Amino acid sequence: MSTATLLSVENLTMRFGGLTAIDDLSVSVPAGKITAIIGPNGAGKTTFFNCLTGFYKPTTGSVRLVHPKKGEMRLETMTGHRVARDAQVVRTFQNIRLFPKMTVLENLIVAQHNFLQDASRFSIAGIFRLPGYRKAEAEALKTAAHWLHRLGLTDIADVAAGDLPYGTQRRIEIARALCVDPVLLCLDEPAAGLNPRESAELNTLLLSLCREEGIAILLIEHDMSVVMNVSDHICVLNYGRKIAEGTPEEIRNDPQVIKAYLGEDDEETASGGIAA
Amino acid sequence: MSAVIIARHARTPAERFKDAAWVGFVALLLGIPMVGLTTVDQGGALTVQTRFGMLGAFVGASFVGRFIFRWIMDQVRNRRAAKPAVAKVDRTPQAIKVIGWAVLGASIALPIAFSENRYVIDTATTVLIYVMLGWGLNVVVGLAGLLDLGYVAFYAVGAYTYALLFSHFGWTFWEALPVAGAMAATFGILLGYPILRLRGDYLAIVTLGFGEIIRVILVNWTELSNGPNGIGSIPRPTLFGLPFDRNPTEGTQSFATFFGLEFSGMHRIIFLYYLILVLALLTNVFVSRLRKLPVGRAWEALREDEIACKAMGMNVTNVKLSAFAIGAMLGGFAGVFFAARQGFISPESFTFTESATILAIVVLGGMGSQLGVVLAALVLVLLPELGRNFSEYRMLLFGTAMVLIMVWKPSGLLASREPTIRLNKATAAGGQS
Repeated sequence: MSTATLLSVENLTMRFGGLTAIDDLSVSVPAGKITAIIGPNGAGKTTFFNCLTGFYKPTTGSVRLVHPKKGEMRLETMTGHRVARDAQVVRTFQNIRLFPKMTVLENLIVAQHNFLQDASRFSIAGIFRLPGYRKAEAEALKTAAHWLHRLGLTDIADVAAGDLPYGTQRRIEIARALCVDPVLLCLDEPAAGLNPRESAELNTLLLSLCREEGIAILLIEHDMSVVMNVSDHICVLNYGRKIAEGTPEEIRNDPQVIKAYLGEDDEETASGGIAA
Repeated sequence: MSAVIIARHARTPAERFKDAAWVGFVALLLGIPMVGLTTVDQGGALTVQTRFGMLGAFVGASFVGRFIFRWIMDQVRNRRAAKPAVAKVDRTPQAIKVIGWAVLGASIALPIAFSENRYVIDTATTVLIYVMLGWGLNVVVGLAGLLDLGYVAFYAVGAYTYALLFSHFGWTFWEALPVAGAMAATFGILLGYPILRLRGDYLAIVTLGFGEIIRVILVNWTELSNGPNGIGSIPRPTLFGLPFDRNPTEGTQSFATFFGLEFSGMHRIIFLYYLILVLALLTNVFVSRLRKLPVGRAWEALREDEIACKAMGMNVTNVKLSAFAIGAMLGGFAGVFFAARQGFISPESFTFTESATILAIVVLGGMGSQLGVVLAALVLVLLPELGRNFSEYRMLLFGTAMVLIMVWKPSGLLASREPTIRLNKATAAGGQS
C-alpha cells in the first residue's frame, strides 16, 4: 500500500438527464498494480471508463493523473484523443473495436499514428520517403513486432483482423492498446467471450505486463477467475456508488458485496444473480 | 450462407419449369404496357393498337431465356462444387499488377494507334477525367469512408477558379492549376467543418446540399460567374509556352512552327490527352503513396471505426479534414483541366448527375481500389458511348449493366485490399516475383 498513486478520481459524478450513472465516486489507482472494478450490470463501470478516457465529460468531480514523465494532468478537462495521446491512458472496449479490414500489423501501426504522423512532417517527408521518416517507420514496425511476439500474434500479422476468431481479436485489441505506449491501460471486460484456457492465458499476460513492464492496469471484469487471481486491489460499484474496496480476500468476504451480487432477500435476486 | 447453397440439391426439370414460368408471368405483366400496346398516328390522331404477337414472342423469349439461364447457372454451380477447394493461392495482387501495367501501356499507346481519330481520343480524354475524379473521390469515400454526394462542387470550384483567374487577371493554365487546387482544398475544409459530427445518411444529405449550393450560386451570382451563360474562350494549356494555334501571334511560335511540323488540329487533342494522362498518373502515385503513410492508414482506420481511432489518440477532426481537403484538391485539378479542354464552362456541367456518376465509379470499382476506379470509369463512360446505336434503349442497357455488376460483384469490380505494410517483407517480395 506504500506505492505511489497514479490516478486519483475524486467525487466523480456523471448524470444523464435524470439518471445518475456515477454518484460521487472516489477511487485511486496505484502505479504499477492491477486494479479491478467490478459490480453488477448497469453499475456504471463502463461509464466510469468513458469518463476517465475523455469519451464523456463528467458532470462534476476531478480525475487527476500523475504522469511519471509529464507530471500532473487533469483528465476530465481533456477531449477524447488527448487522453490517449498526451496522458497515455489507453482503453479497450467491451465489444471489440478493431479495424476489421486492416491487417493485425496495420492495426498496431495505426495505434502509433501520432508518433509516425509527426515523423512524416505533414506527409511531406513521408511522400518522398526521407530518411527521418523511414527510420520512424522502422521503429514503429519494431514496436509492433515486439508486441505481436509478446501476445503470440506474429504468425497472423498480415491477416485481416476481422477474419480472426474472437479470442484472438481480444488479444489484438490489447496489443494495439500497448502500441500506444500506455502508462495506464484500461481494459473493459477483456475476458468476455474467452474460454477457460484463454482466460488463464490472459491472467498470465496481465500479470507479466504489470510486473515486467510496469504498466498500471485498470480492469473491468465479470469473470471472477480473472479478477480474483490478478488484482492487487478491487473496487466494487453498485448503482454508481462505491460499495466496497480492498484486496481480493477482503472483497470476497464483504457482506455489502455479497448483498449486491446475490441480493439480500428474494426481492433483489434478479439483477444481481445474472451478473454474478 | 454459402454452405446452404452448396448443400442445396440440383434443381429438377419441374422446378426449373416452375421458375421459368414465374419469370414468364412477370414478363407478361410488364410486357402488356411496354410491348403489347403501342400508339399509332392515324390521320393526325394518336390511337392505341395492340401487338399480341410481339407480346407473345417477348413472354416466350423470357420464359425460354430464364429456363436456359437457370440450367447454365446450375451447371456452373455443380462444377464449382465438384472442384476441390484446396490450395487456392490468392493471385489477385499479382493479377492487379499485370492488369495495371497493361492498362498503362495501352493508354500511352492509344494516341499513336488512333492519331487521326479524334472521336476515340476525345472519348479517352473523358474517361481519364473521370478516372482522375474517381481517384480523388476515392480518398474521401473509399479510404476515409465519408459518403460525399456533392463532389462535383470541388470540380466546379477548380474549373471556375481557372476561368475567373483567366478572365480577370489573364492567368494561364499552369499558373492557375496550383491556385485552383488550393482553392478547392479550402472549400473542402469549409465543407468539412460543419459536418464533422455527421455520419452515414446525414453526411450524404449535407454533402448533396453543398454540391447544389455551389451550383445555385454559380447560376445566380451573375456578376461573378456570368450566371447560366457561363464563361467562354478559356485558353487551352500550352506546352512550355508553346500554344497549339494555327496562326501564332506575330513574333511568337506555336507548337507546329517550333517543331517544324505541318499544323494539325489533332496535335492539341493528343496533347490534352497526354496532359490528363500525366495529371491522372500523378494523382495515382500521390494517393497510393499517401495510403501507405500515417494519414492514409488513419483514413482507413476512420472508415473502420471512428471511436477506436479516438481511443488510439488520433485527432479525428484533422483526419477527416485532411481527407476532404486532399479529395477536393484533386477534384479541383480535374476541374481546371476540364475548363481548359472545353474552353467554355457553365453551371450546367456541374449537376448532381456528375456527382452520382463519379460516386458510381468509385463504388463500382470497389471502394478504395485504384485500378477498380479505372475499370469502372471505362465501363461507365464507354457503355453509353458504345450504346449509341441502341438510341433510346441506351440508358436501359447502361442500367442493366450496372445492376448485373452489382449482383455478381457486390463489393465492386476489384474489392481485394492490399495491406499497406507487411511484417515479413521478404515473403511478400518473394511472392511477387
